[in-house]
Amino acid sequence: MATQIAEPEASTRNHPEAVVVRFAGDSGDGMQLTGGQFTLSSALSGNDFATFPDFPAEIRAPQGTLFGVSAFQINFGSTEIDTAGDAPDVLVAMNPAALKTNVGALKPGGLIIADTGEFTKRNLEKARYESNPVEDGSLAKWNVLAFDISALTLESVKPFGLGNKEALRCKNMWTLGLALWMFDRDRQPLIDWLNGKFRKNPVLAEANIAALNAGHAYGETAELGGQLHKQHVDAVATPAGLYRTITGAEAVALGLVAGARLADLPMFFGGYPITPASSILHYLTGMKEFGVTTFQAEDEIAAIASAIGASYAGHLGVTSSSGPGIALKGEAMGLAVMTELPLVIVNSQRGGPSTGLPTKTEQSDLYQAVYGRNGDTPMPVIAARSPGDAFECAIEACRIATQYMTPVILLTDGYIANAAEPWAVPDPDSFTPFPARFLDQPNGPDGTLLPYARDEKGARPWIKPGTPGLMHRIGGIEKNPGTGNLDYSPGAHQTMTDARKAKVDGVAKGIPAQDVCLGNTKGTLAVVGWGSTFGPIHQAVRRARARGLDVSHIHVRHIWPLPENLGDLLKGYEKILVPEMNTGQFKTVLRDQFLVDARPLNKVSGQPFTIAEIEAAIEGALG
Amino acid sequence: MNAITPITTTLKDWESDQEVRWCPGCGDYAILKAVQRTLPEIGADPANTVFVSGIGCSSRFPYYMASYGFHTIHGRAPAVATGIKLANPDLDIWLVTGDGDGLSIGGNHTMHLIRRNLNCQIMLFNNEIYGLTKGQYSPTSRQGTTSPTTPLGSVDRPASPAAFALGSGARFIGRGFDVSKELPNVLKAAHAHRGAAFIEIFQNCIVYNKDVFEDFAAPKGAEDRQLWLKNGEPMLFGSEKTGGVKGIALDTEKLTLKVVDVSDGDWQAAGVIVHDVTNRSIAHMLVEMPFGPFPMALGVLYDDPRPTYEDGVLGQDAKAREGKSADLGKLLAKGQTWTVE
Repeated sequence: MATQIAEPEASTRNHPEAVVVRFAGDSGDGMQLTGGQFTLSSALSGNDFATFPDFPAEIRAPQGTLFGVSAFQINFGSTEIDTAGDAPDVLVAMNPAALKTNVGALKPGGLIIADTGEFTKRNLEKARYESNPVEDGSLAKWNVLAFDISALTLESVKPFGLGNKEALRCKNMWTLGLALWMFDRDRQPLIDWLNGKFRKNPVLAEANIAALNAGHAYGETAELGGQLHKQHVDAVATPAGLYRTITGAEAVALGLVAGARLADLPMFFGGYPITPASSILHYLTGMKEFGVTTFQAEDEIAAIASAIGASYAGHLGVTSSSGPGIALKGEAMGLAVMTELPLVIVNSQRGGPSTGLPTKTEQSDLYQAVYGRNGDTPMPVIAARSPGDAFECAIEACRIATQYMTPVILLTDGYIANAAEPWAVPDPDSFTPFPARFLDQPNGPDGTLLPYARDEKGARPWIKPGTPGLMHRIGGIEKNPGTGNLDYSPGAHQTMTDARKAKVDGVAKGIPAQDVCLGNTKGTLAVVGWGSTFGPIHQAVRRARARGLDVSHIHVRHIWPLPENLGDLLKGYEKILVPEMNTGQFKTVLRDQFLVDARPLNKVSGQPFTIAEIEAAIEGALG
Repeated sequence: MNAITPITTTLKDWESDQEVRWCPGCGDYAILKAVQRTLPEIGADPANTVFVSGIGCSSRFPYYMASYGFHTIHGRAPAVATGIKLANPDLDIWLVTGDGDGLSIGGNHTMHLIRRNLNCQIMLFNNEIYGLTKGQYSPTSRQGTTSPTTPLGSVDRPASPAAFALGSGARFIGRGFDVSKELPNVLKAAHAHRGAAFIEIFQNCIVYNKDVFEDFAAPKGAEDRQLWLKNGEPMLFGSEKTGGVKGIALDTEKLTLKVVDVSDGDWQAAGVIVHDVTNRSIAHMLVEMPFGPFPMALGVLYDDPRPTYEDGVLGQDAKAREGKSADLGKLLAKGQTWTVE
């Protein structure tokens, strides 16, 4: 991919390098769908992109309210795009509440497209506007293009005889049609998609297509006083190959399926509905032909306990949740550590504590993942940096779980789970298989069985119930180092605690050495990140380096155990900055593990970092 | 599947090499022996048998069986068992739990395993007390039970395990007690039932709740206080020696059970109910039948199988897989794709 900086402000009027568009409306206006389809259109045009869906926790919040606003932001361009963009160039506001909650983010001079049909007295009141912002001059620093999209939509779908409510639902397609015109996009894939979606109701398909075409025609023919002009964003220079769009939830599901196959195991997935993790369970239910069994358990505890049972019986047990659910699974994770069974636990992090911010993103479960269990309970922890990266991380989690006979935590977050990016479809044969082995005969002296004997990696044998002659008992109670028989003698607990720790520490020997993803292996400042802050950190470091600043970007995937060379690497920099969407958790881990002066940059607003925020922190650290 | 290839074992083959660590005189010893005696008789295979337990005195059970065993965490054995069974439906699973493990901390899982009808045997050892934590009252303790946490007597009303199970949708309810010679027969019937078979076993905790079941479990007067139910036979109890044979009849006006005198031997004239293990309405009455005015209902109270959970899940999975190839390359490239030349 191209490596120059995406600088939207450097774009030419009709041929920008990158554009950020935000669609905002009522949660019933179909903004997520509009954004999703616009994303697909960007993909088909060959642009690189990143998206940021931002929606309320309420399914159908009262219409027109400020808290009911749902937004979808996309940054697309002809250069490499790592974030959904700091500030939108274009804001589509379907009602006053959407305008009010989103206009502050809009770039000065940016374009507002507003549906005046929704700027009624009542809706203005609901949005707490004292006067109509479209008319009172308060939007003077932006370009405002306000017209009655509602009326134009009604007009366009008139021939289909829909009720008023149904007809107005086509507004999002009208708007999408206008956006497609604006960015010189082909309408045909959308028309195909609408025909497929409304296969059972051809009238609705036709009405939506008519609205889409009408919006497009409006751009083409209306006299818009130069405010609206056609722009073309070129395709990004990408390596040849097959691409698709992928969200983090899809990538995790696919990575788990691929990982189970590489381990040569059927997969059992025990889950319980929770935002934003449920979609992984949804996807996997459609992949049964890959040896996947899914189980919607009665609660989070049963979800993990059933997965442990399945692992015990020889499947690859997987469970997933978000912070509060992970908290409930804590005791069972201890059981998996104690019985030394493979298990993958996916945490799609959201804002906490408690119920917190169910639909917003955060990285505040790192302590929980690394330290959050009773006893000395070490578990490997991996964090994905982007939707596409979640695929490889899921495979890595399956590898470590089965090769080391241990539960593994895979951290993603609400942003990664919901956001989409283009993904080069990998060749499944390009991954090295790691087939699991099961013990089928006694492994001790004189034909005895030692369920807790250890191999060179410190892993115990996996023994499936049903295997003749290998009957044995396991449990959460401390056990004899070899036989696994109940044993709480001082020596046994010391030996077993040490063995469990040594095994997990040893995972570091089988992972790649930590690299520097941008910059030098020593210098003035290292910005160290993990998880979904990759995008903004990478862009910020890139921009700072372009301005001649001595700053490098280190991105850590293996959170526990940390790569063996990381400590030495960090000591090669004068300063270390750790941006995180929490109050400084990874920073503490780095300080603890390496005695380095890691400094925090924290944000917990439920929104990802902007590039500018990190750039400013870099300047501050170097200044 | 319960229908495993019969193999020949003896009681000894089911004894593990581990020292049994229950208090001397504990009712658990008798239950352990009853199970070890039953398994050879039903042709069970130790390699194919898994005992799964939670936490508590009863939950140490798997360590003493020479089969596969999983001593899990408090209350979660039903969930672990569900994963085991879905992963390998051929395994014969016995759940071992207690009144605290299965009805208090794990009540939710017990309910869901039963309503799903996972094919396994659930042995709930009911001693009406927390033994392993030294004698606190449990969800089945009778009102007024004094314990370290209820020095003035417990206030809450107890749960009835069998009524809970039936209310959760159980298709098999059995009842026995630790030292009863009939217990192996109840276990056999439970094992023969395809689906979740719930067995309440009254167990004497000789340290913290000694002889709490003595009213009906004591050998003396047992005939009068125990109603051993047999399918197809009238519900009779008592004897000439103990003041006359009695029976259980239906009070058709109040829609309740009543005790009727059948000293004359004509139980049909007295309206004594003939036990039909598939009669769910009568089963509801039997699990609620209060001891005292009535004898304790024991044996197989209800047995009317329905399709099992694992058959449903795995059958649906198999159907979903039909005619589909597991082409990972194709799966990864699903959805709307584009090619960069």
